[in-house]
Amino acid sequence: MNSQTRPAVVLASNRIPFARSNGPYAKASNQDMLTAALDGLIAAAGIAGERLGEIAGGAVLKHSRDFNLTRESLLGTRISPETPAYDVGQACGTGLETFILTANKVALGQIDSAIACGVDTTSDAPVALNEDLRKILMEANSTKSNADRAKLLAKLRPGMIVPEIPQNAEPRTGLSMGEHTAIMARDWGITREAQDELAIASHDRLAAAYEEGFEDDLVTPYLGLERDQNLRPGSTLEKLGKLKPVFGGPEGTMTAANSTPLSDGASAVLLSSEQWAKEHGLTPLARFVDAETAAVDHVGGRDGLLMAPAYAVPRMLARNELSLQDFDFYEIHEAFAAQVLSTLAAWEDPVFCHERLGLDAPLGSIDRAKLNVKGGSLAAAHPFAATGGRIVGNLAKILHENGGGRGLISICAAGGQGVVGILEA
Amino acid sequence: MTDTYSALVNNPVGGFVAKNLGLPKPVPLDRYVEGAPLIDGAVLVGSAPGGRLGPSVATILAGADAHVDSRLDDEVRSPLGAAGVDAGVWNPEAPGSQRWKGLVFDATGITSSEQLRELWSFFHPTIRRLAPSGRLIVLGTPPEDCTEPRHATAQRALEGFVRAAGKECRYGATAQLTYVAPGAEERLESTLRFFLSPRSAYVCGQLARIGAGKDVPGIDWERPLHGKVALVTGASRGIGEAIARTLERDGAHVVGLDVPPLADDLEKVVSSIGGSAIVADITDPEAPAQICDELQAKHGGVDVVVHNAGVTRDKTLGGMDEERWSLLMDINLSSEERINDALIERDLLNDNGRVVCVSSMSGIAGNAGQTNYSTSKAGVIGMVQSMAPVFAERGATINAVAPGFIETQMTAAMPIGPREAGRRMNSLSQGGLPVDVAEAIAWFASPASTGLNGNVVRVCGQSLIGA
Repeated sequence: MNSQTRPAVVLASNRIPFARSNGPYAKASNQDMLTAALDGLIAAAGIAGERLGEIAGGAVLKHSRDFNLTRESLLGTRISPETPAYDVGQACGTGLETFILTANKVALGQIDSAIACGVDTTSDAPVALNEDLRKILMEANSTKSNADRAKLLAKLRPGMIVPEIPQNAEPRTGLSMGEHTAIMARDWGITREAQDELAIASHDRLAAAYEEGFEDDLVTPYLGLERDQNLRPGSTLEKLGKLKPVFGGPEGTMTAANSTPLSDGASAVLLSSEQWAKEHGLTPLARFVDAETAAVDHVGGRDGLLMAPAYAVPRMLARNELSLQDFDFYEIHEAFAAQVLSTLAAWEDPVFCHERLGLDAPLGSIDRAKLNVKGGSLAAAHPFAATGGRIVGNLAKILHENGGGRGLISICAAGGQGVVGILEA
Repeated sequence: MTDTYSALVNNPVGGFVAKNLGLPKPVPLDRYVEGAPLIDGAVLVGSAPGGRLGPSVATILAGADAHVDSRLDDEVRSPLGAAGVDAGVWNPEAPGSQRWKGLVFDATGITSSEQLRELWSFFHPTIRRLAPSGRLIVLGTPPEDCTEPRHATAQRALEGFVRAAGKECRYGATAQLTYVAPGAEERLESTLRFFLSPRSAYVCGQLARIGAGKDVPGIDWERPLHGKVALVTGASRGIGEAIARTLERDGAHVVGLDVPPLADDLEKVVSSIGGSAIVADITDPEAPAQICDELQAKHGGVDVVVHNAGVTRDKTLGGMDEERWSLLMDINLSSEERINDALIERDLLNDNGRVVCVSSMSGIAGNAGQTNYSTSKAGVIGMVQSMAPVFAERGATINAVAPGFIETQMTAAMPIGPREAGRRMNSLSQGGLPVDVAEAIAWFASPASTGLNGNVVRVCGQSLIGA
């Protein structure tokens, strides 16, 4: 067995612009979008016909027929059909987790190259049969006599036409992710103004990134969309202040502007060993350093649903003997502005750091000028499994353009989970 | 002893009428129930920059298992974290609907009058979020322990703030100031616990000074007087009976004392609490020796002495005969001095002993028709202050409580005018109960109250009468 590891490097990334739910991609399936994102990446990197080590991908909301979504998608691209693929699922951490898995395999020498990707649609949602209807049909299927079948069919009721619709709620609490985050916002005393400021910065920075051409080789137009549909730069605190709260009741601080909307999109990242990059004439943008996942007990415990990254990051920092301030860039997924701000507050808090992280001193604050410098999910929107690829691709390019540096990635996920990682260039 | 007015304004119709007529609306006060947590609700803690009591406050609240909040940027979060308090965060700019049962502010960091603004910063957004029977507590440094004049000035100013805040607190909430001398930080616990808990229901706008004293022994806060012997004079009824029962609840063996005519009542009280009785007339020149003999024979000494016995013999001075003066002075003051002297002489006050006296609001403010009583009760304050160093030398303390209008048979017999005036003219718009006085005495009597010596704390609902 190989006990040596080698660097895994990010070579390129591509995504389609993210669209709002039931917008331009309303009729595109997960497979359509993922194929488009992969095609764009293959074209950009010039790797058509190549057999890669593997492709790992995933979607959070997935039809049952898409059991082999990633493999089926790659078969529609110009990559070698001899490239194996598998699907991964870790809620909103899926995209980053595919990257971590494949990067680790590269590091171990098990593969030389890979694509990590993710896709999600909330438009073409996996609506299922009514559960009562499904049970009757299943029973009818296993029943032998026609008489018994007729008896079962007599149990059908008009109400059973109502389908089973996927819920944006935590199964164990019944609360939506927004309601959970509203609790975090309250617990951490996060103001409406601070959330709106973060949202405005996110939009303005992403818009500037498009203007300066930063996104040109990261985003490939799709179905008539050239930029993220959700992007609305030039807003003000005054304008956003007029929005009604959508989570946390009438006194809530969370609005449509400081929460990500339901959206559709796909992203993909090409990574490899340094040797493979050299052989293919590709320039490494950044190097994968480490990753960590964490989970909190959001059901019976004292932590909010989306606080797991607050645990994952310090564990990863300790292992790498780094401080929270030892980074040039921070990419914290803006599922909700309040999630980002609660996490930053927790790291500054002596009580949280002592009581829950077991640290002698708080991690401290970060230089906010280094946070999501090219915009974040509030502006781009958040097609769940596509967010990880967007962030990895973004950060790799930022580090490369910066001529070096270290970047932190932090992504919260449903089920009280968090996935974080470090890239360096 | 029923307070008819309180009952009336606490029903819907009476409440509506009282509100519209602008009449006082006393609310039923929370009172301590055995086994209840220290405080029935969350406590918001804050500190002026440079405060030195954060670690003590944090440790005390951790030990009491209280739910604690603070601002995220407050210095006090470091000591809270270190003490293992998983404190919540509160931001006045995102206030939500948060309420607290206690607001505790460490003002020891305030060294100039300009910095008094810290009081405003902490309490302005929070005072209206204080729950019924809530507790507003300010901690400071005794002005006499501040070397810089401006420092002393600013710390002295805290007193005015707390007295005014006490008058603004509504729905049975109270405000207190505690001065903790440098080096006495470890002796804060019994006082902070008393002021936070419903035990201090009828204490408002008061000041406690915590100074040098013995190290605080480890105690069971549910039964701090476990294994202690407490002598309570005038224990057969009223406030004395409440004192006896409260000290017994806190774990003490109570030795009740009263005059021969009340021997039966006394026996009933002490037998119901497993205590013992001394029947004596404390004005008898032999009484101090008799008391000392009994304490020595049965208990080998005494840990807590409560000088509660007292009488009134009201008459304006011009009409007062000599007996009204002399008998009262002997019962209320001179006999206490003689008993103290005898205990000291025979060395019967055990190590970490306590003497707690019952003074009176009349002793502070003076009362027409009570020149004798006011003199005696002011004398009790004098005795507490003059004897404090004497007892300190022996590892003991002496303090006094000064009750205001307490609902007893004595006040029930008052004419309605003075009675209603006495009941309403205080921040809580009601009279106190005997147990309120007893709770304050139990606080001074606690083995943990080593830093309290020479204090006089009123149990008067912050009466408008007096200082």
